[in-house]
Amino acid sequence: MRYSAFSIVKNALSGNVNWKPAWRQPEPKPFYDVIIVGGGGHGLATAYYLAREFGLKNIAVLEKNYLGSGNVGRNTTIVRSNYMLPGNEPFYEFSMKLWEGMEQDLNYNAMLSQRGVINLYHNDGQRDAYIRRGNAMWMEGVPAELLDRAALKKMLPFLNFAHARFPIMGGLLQKRGGTARHDAVAWGYARAADRLGVDLIQNCEVTGIRREHGVVTGVETSKGFIGCGKLGLAAAGNTSRVGEMAGLKLPIESHVLQAFVTEGLKPAIDHVITYGAGHFYISQSDKGGLVFGAEIDGYNSYAQRGNLATVEHVMEEGVTMIPGLSRVRVLRSWGGVMDMSMDGSPIISQTPIDNLYLNCGWCYGGFKATPASGWCFAHLIAKNETHPVARFLRLDRFERGYPIDEHGAGPQPNLH
Amino acid sequence: MASLIHCPHCGVRPKEEFSIRGDASLVRPDPEASDEAWHDYVHIRSNPRGRYREHWQHVAGCRRWLVVERDTFTHEVFSVTDGAATAREAGR
Repeated sequence: MRYSAFSIVKNALSGNVNWKPAWRQPEPKPFYDVIIVGGGGHGLATAYYLAREFGLKNIAVLEKNYLGSGNVGRNTTIVRSNYMLPGNEPFYEFSMKLWEGMEQDLNYNAMLSQRGVINLYHNDGQRDAYIRRGNAMWMEGVPAELLDRAALKKMLPFLNFAHARFPIMGGLLQKRGGTARHDAVAWGYARAADRLGVDLIQNCEVTGIRREHGVVTGVETSKGFIGCGKLGLAAAGNTSRVGEMAGLKLPIESHVLQAFVTEGLKPAIDHVITYGAGHFYISQSDKGGLVFGAEIDGYNSYAQRGNLATVEHVMEEGVTMIPGLSRVRVLRSWGGVMDMSMDGSPIISQTPIDNLYLNCGWCYGGFKATPASGWCFAHLIAKNETHPVARFLRLDRFERGYPIDEHGAGPQPNLH
Repeated sequence: MASLIHCPHCGVRPKEEFSIRGDASLVRPDPEASDEAWHDYVHIRSNPRGRYREHWQHVAGCRRWLVVERDTFTHEVFSVTDGAATAREAGR
């Protein structure tokens, strides 16, 4: 069923009992041309673009839990393309452009809101670094705008401009950045992929990867063996574990990142705002809750829950930036397991095994990349050829000495 | 994460006193070792779900480097030993 204003009216008049499930619940077939491991945003987007853009027919997505049960349902929903390095910026801008057409494309309301992303700066050095980043964005054709304190005061009067240690001097604005409804992105891709005949198989955990003569022949799962021609891994925080099944040794550590939401408020924060003296970021959801987070906890973890010391630190950062936050009550907090790479940038790559492809290393920035990650991964799987905007995101960049280290932090995942 | 860590030098202390560096199973290769050996050391991680040995430093205490063995899923801490002593025992 195609969603439209007409379908809403029609179903309302018939008592809303005739809505069909958004996707089928198929049993696995014995063989698929392509299997994607991981039914999150990236896996579902990959399957969708494989079917729509590259015309493949016999595709399955295997998810050990329910669709969108991992990080796509656990992030702070921010969408932006304000990166600096040439290995990253074209890729994220490609993603931004896909976001802009995604809802029409999928026939699904992902509630994309291009409300503007503002990165605050607090000293002259940081201003200069932001000017450099803004210029790097312009060189890739991405508009960026430097705001001085007067302009910011007009836009965001609630900020703590006169803080003694970290006064706010201005910010870098990407107007096209914003937020999207994270679950709807997973659901939209799932529904669109299903309509193109992709089998979305939930509660199907991959327990082994069968190889013969150096190539993958299929996967052992909790629903039995499923054969495949090509295998794509998009397992996010569990990448190392799935990779190990195929004997891959990866430059990945799994870390926990927490996020928070407050009680619903009247519209108060119109943009996405990030704190320059820490790593705090905040926006307001359409429901009214303030959604925010900060850095990862800093230690390897596979648990989807975090540490109280980090909670305290996040709250301190938030109140330092916006003193009024001290009077808002936090409703919920949760954690997600991040696949932190050794340079802080993602991996979309072939592997030493010919028909095994890898999509991982999204650190805590995977949500904004969902459409481009799916498109580029699908391109790689379908054509066995790297997409031009993802050409720097190869797995072998580490041993070749071409890391993409946006923060300049070195091969230390807990510092990215 | 366990809230209290038993430092072999300082006794039971809150974990906020410690800073975590990462994987303690890695052994720094010889300066003349192959590029591959250095790549493994600098970039490749076992990243297990379960028991894991990590280098921690007791920054707000004795400032000694420690080896903490813990579970990366349950966050249970099994043992905390002095880093230098552990390396000596391993013959390094």
